[in-house]
Amino acid sequence: MTLLLVALGGAAGAVLRYGIDLGVRRGHGSAFPWGTFTVNVVGSFLIALFAGGAAVFDGFGSPGLRTLLVVGLCGALTTFSTFGQDTVRLYTSGARSHAARYVLGTVLGGVAAAGLGLGTVALFAQL
Amino acid sequence: MPNALIAHRSRVLAAVALGGALGSSLRYGVSLALPHADGGAVWPTLTVNVLGCLVIGAFTVFLEAGEPHHLLRPFFGVGLLGGFTTFSSYLADAGGLLATGQPLHAALYLLLTVLLALPAVICGAMLARTVVARARRRGPGAAPDNVPDTAPGTES
Repeated sequence: MTLLLVALGGAAGAVLRYGIDLGVRRGHGSAFPWGTFTVNVVGSFLIALFAGGAAVFDGFGSPGLRTLLVVGLCGALTTFSTFGQDTVRLYTSGARSHAARYVLGTVLGGVAAAGLGLGTVALFAQL
Repeated sequence: MPNALIAHRSRVLAAVALGGALGSSLRYGVSLALPHADGGAVWPTLTVNVLGCLVIGAFTVFLEAGEPHHLLRPFFGVGLLGGFTTFSSYLADAGGLLATGQPLHAALYLLLTVLLALPAVICGAMLARTVVARARRRGPGAAPDNVPDTAPGTES
């Protein structure tokens, strides 16, 4: 049952990532991987929101819902393999400063987004 | 024509979804197989991310070397490897270390994953290039090493 929830969330997350990446690519013609950057930062916000919400609010979803959203959806919405591949491609094509900025931007952007997610949970916890 | 386009896009989306389901299930399997302590479940995520980067490095070289099926990249690259590796759990792991009062470990983990995963992409690509080069040398008709620069009798 748990595996089924992981697979369902994973399928939805991967399709969402594919769609967001296509949409962002159409808006931005640059070689900088904005699509992957977007899904990784948005996914970091969502995982903090879901995991933080489950920790703060009793009864915020069942463990099954948490598995579906955190392990499945957020896990597959975000990616490390494409992030790594894009970084190496930028670096080897001579855009070394772009590669460094991409890594720093994604990690710091993800940390900031996760902080924002936890902040949102804290705000609602006080209401 | 629009019907053909819709059918094509549906197949691509189905391939991404199937790959994502498989990749996420594999990642979950790794998390069950590897030991993880409370507030420090970093090893499963580190393993899938470094392994996934090694495989995507090799996969990209194989894709460029051959004439792959049009659904291979959506299924394997976008779906399976994308669903197997994860950025959100990487940050959540670091957050867990921070929450349990281990800020140094959190920073080390963030750095170590990048320092292992990026060279893994390059290692995967180098390994795949070696395999592709060997296959080309052995391949029929594609043996430039054995072909003389000028065929005998062609000089005037």
